[in-house]
Amino acid sequence: MHEMSIAEGIRDVIEDAARANGFSRVTRVRLEIGRFAGVETEALDFAFDVVMRGSVAEGATLEVIELPGKALCYDCGAAVEIRHRLDPCPECGGGKLLVQGGEEMRIKDLEVL
Amino acid sequence: MCTVCGCGGHSVEDAFRAHLEKTGQAGAPLAAHPAPLQSVAIPALGGALHDHGHAHAGHDIHLGHGPAGTEVPGMSQQRLIEIETDILSKNDAFAARNRAAITARHAFATNLVSSPGSGKTTLLCRTIEMLGEVPLAVIEGDQQTTNDADRIRATGAAAIQVNTGKGCHLDGRMVEAALARLGLPEGAFLFIENVGNLVCPAAFDLGEDAKVAILSVTEGEDKPLKYPDMFAAAGLAILNKVDLAPYCDVDLDLYEANVKRVNPAIEVLRVSARTGEGMQAWLDWLRAGLARKGA
Ligand SMILES: Nc1nc2c(ncn2[C@@H]2O[C@H](COP(=O)(O)OP(=O)(O)O)[C@@H](O)[C@H]2O)c(=O)[nH]1
Ligand SMILES: [Mg+2]
Ligand SMILES: [Zn+2]
Ligand SMILES: [Zn+2]
Ligand SMILES: [Zn+2]
Repeated sequence: MHEMSIAEGIRDVIEDAARANGFSRVTRVRLEIGRFAGVETEALDFAFDVVMRGSVAEGATLEVIELPGKALCYDCGAAVEIRHRLDPCPECGGGKLLVQGGEEMRIKDLEVL
Repeated sequence: MCTVCGCGGHSVEDAFRAHLEKTGQAGAPLAAHPAPLQSVAIPALGGALHDHGHAHAGHDIHLGHGPAGTEVPGMSQQRLIEIETDILSKNDAFAARNRAAITARHAFATNLVSSPGSGKTTLLCRTIEMLGEVPLAVIEGDQQTTNDADRIRATGAAAIQVNTGKGCHLDGRMVEAALARLGLPEGAFLFIENVGNLVCPAAFDLGEDAKVAILSVTEGEDKPLKYPDMFAAAGLAILNKVDLAPYCDVDLDLYEANVKRVNPAIEVLRVSARTGEGMQAWLDWLRAGLARKGA
């Protein structure tokens, strides 16, 4: 995943929100990122600093809320949470899991002035 | 140069150095991405990542789930605005428009993704020759040069090159612009060759009907496990250069098993764009896709 592009996506959404809500400064941005979204938090943290320069969110704090990886087990039918895409089913040990959540990349909220 | 996705330049290194200086790690060796990122502990809900000296107020603000624009008690001018918007929502909006335009033309669009050199352009040239006289169009994505579009045009097909410059993937906006110039005939195959990169093209919807991940047999059987996001997002995996398999001691069954481990629903085809082996099954897959679009 390319974190510079993600940071640019965040800036686009923030600038739209600034126009719609009439704020001029963002002090904190909270994201919800799924475990399987392929986002490297440290790399995003750095890209965010760079990309927000000169925008309403320059210097803002970035917080990431991690959403769990969710999957459905083909073998036992259980809905489970897994840490890695290729983890076995924690219920039955089966290896065939259908990922059903954990790819989210959302801006949750902004703290603004 | 970014070691994760291969994107180059654009003074990211300078910016990263500044970041390190700011965080007091300036003495650390410069890496394009900070070291073992997968194992970095992610703070629990509400934990701050920036603990390195951004001066701003409101660190202890109460994170209530108020409606949009709610005043947060105790903070005079500070407001919490609920956004709940996908980060790539702008790209997704372009992609949705492209998908509607492609569907209105009863066209079938594939987004070809792979590492550089897996054989996307070679496969496309051979595919175009074998398809013969059918409507088709090609969008070629690369950081630099029009080489690939030139190779496609040499087959007689209509092609447009999108040079992304520093960009390491095509996005929905670029494809919309390319389609506007290229024009998409009724009932056409649209082939989009993405920038050679197994990482971020997985996340950028272009409006295609299917992503096709191409992997050459020389890349190593564990590639699908190392880059699972791409194989999870693809509908078809093509194992290309099977003519080389006898020379490089690869286990094609293991390749296929690893792809299916990441994505149990994916189809896998073994192909040689050079000898033509397996090409018929790929053409059948394409024609079935086009038929589903009601051309
Ligand atoms: N032996 C062999 N070589 C191939 C095959 N397909 C592509 N190549 C070679 O692989 C190299 C890279 O191919 P190219 O189509 O430019 O890859 P791209 O970067 O994915 O577009 C070229 O030298 C091709 O001739 C194949 O099926 N077998
Ligand atoms: Mg190429
Ligand atoms: Zn990168
Ligand atoms: Zn199970
Ligand atoms: Zn990219």
